[in-house]
Amino acid sequence: MDKFLEWLKRVDFPTLVISLFLVALFFVAIFVKVPIPSLLSDSIRRIGMNGVLVLAMVPTIRAGVGPNFGLPVGIIGGLLGALISMQLGLSGFLGFWVAVFLSVTICVGIGLGYGWLLEKVRGQEMMVGTYMGYSIVAFMSIMWLMLPFTNPDMVWAIGGKGLRYTLALDKYFGHVLNNFLKFKVGGVEVPTGLILFFAGACLLVYLFFRTKVGLAIDLVGQNEKYAISSGVNPKRARLVAVVLSTVIAGVGIIVYAQSYGFLQLYQAPLFMTFPAVASILIGGASIRRANIRNVVIGTVIFQTLLTISLPVLSQVTRGDVTEVMRLIVSNGMILYALTRAPREAG
Amino acid sequence: MEKLKKVLISYAVPIFFSILCVSAVLVAKIPPLFLASEIVRRLSRNTFLVLSLIIPIVAGLGLNFGIVLGAMAAQAALFFVVDWKIKGIPGVLVACLMASAISVVLGWLAGLVLNKAKGREMITSMILGFFANGIYQLIFLFFVGSIIPYRTRQFLLPEGVGLRNTVDLYGTVASVLNNAWVVQIGTIRVFILPLLIVGLLCLFITFLFKTKLGQDIRAVGQDMHIAEVAGIDVNKVRIIAIVISTVLAAIGQVIYLQDIGTINTYNSHEQIGLFSIAALLVGGATTRKATIWNAIIGVLLFHTLFVVAPSAGNRLFGQPQVGEFFREFLAYAVIAFALAMHGWRTKRILM
Amino acid sequence: MRVVLEMRNISKSFYGNQVLKNVNLTLHEGEVHGLVGENGAGKTTLMNILFGMPVIHSTGGFEGEILIDGERVNIDSPRKAMEYGVGMVHQEFMLIPGFTVTENIKLNREITRENILSKVFGEALRTLDFPAMREDAKKAIGTIGMSIDELAVVAGLPVAHKQFIEIAREIDKKNLKILVLDEPTAVLSESEAEQLLNVIRYLASKGVSILFISHRLSEVLKVSDRITILRDGAVVDSGPASKFTLSEIAEKMVGRKLENLDLPPRTKELSDEDIIMSIRNLRVYMPGETVKDFSIDIRRGEILGIGGLAGHGKLGVANGIAGMYPAEGEVYLEGKPYKLNDASYALRNGVVYLSEDRRGVGLLLDESVEMNIAATAILAFGEFTRRFLFFTLYDRKKIREHAMEMIRKLDIRCKSPSQIVRRLSGGNQQKVCLARAFTLKPKILFVSEPTRGIDVGAKRLVLDYLIELNRKHGVTIVMTSSELAELRSICDRIAIVAEGRLSAVLPPTASDAEFGLAMAGELQGGTQRG
Repeated sequence: MDKFLEWLKRVDFPTLVISLFLVALFFVAIFVKVPIPSLLSDSIRRIGMNGVLVLAMVPTIRAGVGPNFGLPVGIIGGLLGALISMQLGLSGFLGFWVAVFLSVTICVGIGLGYGWLLEKVRGQEMMVGTYMGYSIVAFMSIMWLMLPFTNPDMVWAIGGKGLRYTLALDKYFGHVLNNFLKFKVGGVEVPTGLILFFAGACLLVYLFFRTKVGLAIDLVGQNEKYAISSGVNPKRARLVAVVLSTVIAGVGIIVYAQSYGFLQLYQAPLFMTFPAVASILIGGASIRRANIRNVVIGTVIFQTLLTISLPVLSQVTRGDVTEVMRLIVSNGMILYALTRAPREAG
Repeated sequence: MEKLKKVLISYAVPIFFSILCVSAVLVAKIPPLFLASEIVRRLSRNTFLVLSLIIPIVAGLGLNFGIVLGAMAAQAALFFVVDWKIKGIPGVLVACLMASAISVVLGWLAGLVLNKAKGREMITSMILGFFANGIYQLIFLFFVGSIIPYRTRQFLLPEGVGLRNTVDLYGTVASVLNNAWVVQIGTIRVFILPLLIVGLLCLFITFLFKTKLGQDIRAVGQDMHIAEVAGIDVNKVRIIAIVISTVLAAIGQVIYLQDIGTINTYNSHEQIGLFSIAALLVGGATTRKATIWNAIIGVLLFHTLFVVAPSAGNRLFGQPQVGEFFREFLAYAVIAFALAMHGWRTKRILM
Repeated sequence: MRVVLEMRNISKSFYGNQVLKNVNLTLHEGEVHGLVGENGAGKTTLMNILFGMPVIHSTGGFEGEILIDGERVNIDSPRKAMEYGVGMVHQEFMLIPGFTVTENIKLNREITRENILSKVFGEALRTLDFPAMREDAKKAIGTIGMSIDELAVVAGLPVAHKQFIEIAREIDKKNLKILVLDEPTAVLSESEAEQLLNVIRYLASKGVSILFISHRLSEVLKVSDRITILRDGAVVDSGPASKFTLSEIAEKMVGRKLENLDLPPRTKELSDEDIIMSIRNLRVYMPGETVKDFSIDIRRGEILGIGGLAGHGKLGVANGIAGMYPAEGEVYLEGKPYKLNDASYALRNGVVYLSEDRRGVGLLLDESVEMNIAATAILAFGEFTRRFLFFTLYDRKKIREHAMEMIRKLDIRCKSPSQIVRRLSGGNQQKVCLARAFTLKPKILFVSEPTRGIDVGAKRLVLDYLIELNRKHGVTIVMTSSELAELRSICDRIAIVAEGRLSAVLPPTASDAEFGLAMAGELQGGTQRG
């Protein structure tokens, strides 16, 4: 009992509130006779599809750069990879892996540029990252209209030029991971491929932070002077962290898109950032510390909350209350994290 | 030569924007008189809001993304003025008073939050704005019409709960301030009353920085620690600065909306934050320094570009949409640039 | 003469570390009182208490009482201190760079006039009366005798002017009774310093009492009526200035407790022919501990001490060699040229550095004991790793094994190797640092302030471990310390740094007077001895 109370004291207040709210919703769901198996299926699917984007937050937080508010930069790289794969007409797993490969390559490039910029504005990365994200999305919105894609599934039917807002993936790599080895148990559908991929990504990141490079990044984030005295070059370490975060974001959007079945362009990348930041914070991370456990727990709580609240709350009021709830919960969580006093140094 | 270089660098943004503006105007081939009348109108409409950003910058709080809270207060007040059918100048006055009262509370809360996030004020005020937007949507999508009585059915959603996407001000307060006193110069209509109000605000701001409070704000903005050691109540001064800014933003939003004539219930306040900040920066302000001239010049340049961008886009690329995206891109890019400069300068000081 | 200020039995701890112990100080009207002591002796803390600085009250306040003009006062903010007539010129300038001289002199004490709005909305909206403020500023500057334009913006002014403006600000306070000057001459040239001393004498003659803190002992002697010497948070001596000589003061500042230790013998005798590191004309740019020109030959297997007064550069030497601060000069390690400004190079060549800033540089406070011990070794040498697929990962088992061994050897008191280092006591944290240093297999170990902030029992252990490293493992040790007694207890030779240069190399058996003079930079014929 003591140990439980000890642990309870260390959990963040908002996380506690949100978790309790989630549990309450669950009970209401049972009471209102919302089919639980479908709720669980949806939750599992959403956890898998959003998890990798949340994972992208880990490297930058650990490096002392804060949550990667410039996630759209990596997402754009991922979108480009996916678009090229589609333009080449590749489908199924081939299409998926080619998209991933292209995305990683592109993201390494833009990640280096983005990381260089962030280093120049060391201390203001969160703000600059946010507005870099907005600027790039706005800029790419212009580019989507002008880039020379010709695949009729991708461009506007009338005029034949410029990409559509949403591109259907069913003829390409839509649902490839979800359908891989999927099975049903007790009415709950488990998208095995998706879960395996998420787990695999988590494992890779976990292992990365146990290598020398990963350790160097950790040290830079915890105590830059200690890192320097251990022979680490802090600028390089932070650059690696930003590149890694950008690459993971690129892969993350491809995973998301294949699960959703659609590739979303134009303004869409902007809506992925705050939920990802909020998720990892709900999972117990702070602006300066994060680990894989935070990613998993946070994604589970946040996504389950969003999944359950829709059918439950729509019994009481209109369905779009979940959108409002998402705004309040995610921004409230980030606000809380920002107003916590930083740990005393020494 | 050195001096010229220095001037060029510190005014890089307005100079770049002026060039951009002139080029766009030339490309778009918009009739100059039309352009002039649009500019005059936007000056009388938007300047108040941009001016409300000055005080927090001087207080060291950076760009106050939280003016969105003032805008929301204004809209809330206007929704009820419309419901209670208060017309004309009294309607505007009631709206301003209500909005100010709400803004004082919101500004005070915002100030408390920002005091807990010293060093991270900008990102915090930004997220605070989004959070408040969530609460705003909760109230106006779900509480209005149910818990909060609202009788004007035409602005409610079909089920009777929640406001529609647009709320008309025609018949109540639309153009009330504008039409109070119009001066015709050729084909250009100049709305004197809003311009006078803007002038009054400029006088007030100038006066403020000659008072003890203004001096305290300046001191806190330059160095919190030294101000504290000198005995100034730093936290209180910061809260006062935010409260003033929020109240001014609310009044500014009322002026803006009465000109536009309709309220975009779920969008007006968001956009206005972004565009006001971008305008101020275009006028040469930075995250640490802002003057009245930055506001005026900024509105001039930014909104000129605003008017001509779609036509320019159309002429250059054959798609007016490009122009619209380009407008947005510019607004974001200008802010990103100002923030980058802020970060770069801060890093150099700390080196 | 009337007693203006009494500080009685003042004690203060920061996070369990006692910084002031029962300090008593008495100040008379018109007296100039010099306060001297090492950095860390407690002078600045004592003055922060007198001035009600926030840092005191946010860390638990203090014990003891302060009396002004015979009445107990409770000073819990700078504003209160100012109301009681206490003014302070801090070590770091408290000037707002974007404000003019006038605005700074009048900061938060501006002269104002009423206007319409202030009648309605209150005092805060009163208009500033700039002409009146300028008058006052001119007068204050005039008293100092410098020609400074009261309308100039402070940011562009030379450092010496800024110092005088700080003083002008305090003089402008009409109720000024007690003026504290914390290192006011640190940035002044000789003639400017002389001018400052004149200002001090003038103010004293007008009845203002002055507390004068300085490392420049000759100045303190010149201008003070009485002097108090602090060491390790306690008053070591106090009395009229006439009773002290320069070297006496230096001696008392650094202490004279001499413990007779029986040191274990060496297997191999030290030799002047066997030099492990040779340093020539070392310059180190470390703020506050600048090294201007330091040269020495370090014998293999010796324990070399580096001592000296605070701020004179002794800490800069090790920091420079280790690559923590920019350094210039010629250094040879075992005959080969040694690359400066490269921490990685230092580690790879067996030069290990244990910083004086234990919590800031030496430890990862929020990491486990075992990671703190192993992290640097993993990064620099790839120790404690194993291969897994195509990755080289650090091996938790090997890290734990090594940590357990070090915990046993050094008797590190902790709940487990995974305990967070922040929770350990100062002594145990230092042992973790030593364990980390040992794990890096040093050939030459630079350790600074090894026993600072550690309780007596742990001090002994730390020093013993250093001796063991030296005698049993042949590690050459260069130990920098402000505790002369500690240096004299285990070092073979002690180099004294004064004004950024090598002042003398003395054997531990040299007299206190010799050490005192060497630290004051006044030892005649300061040659390498011993």
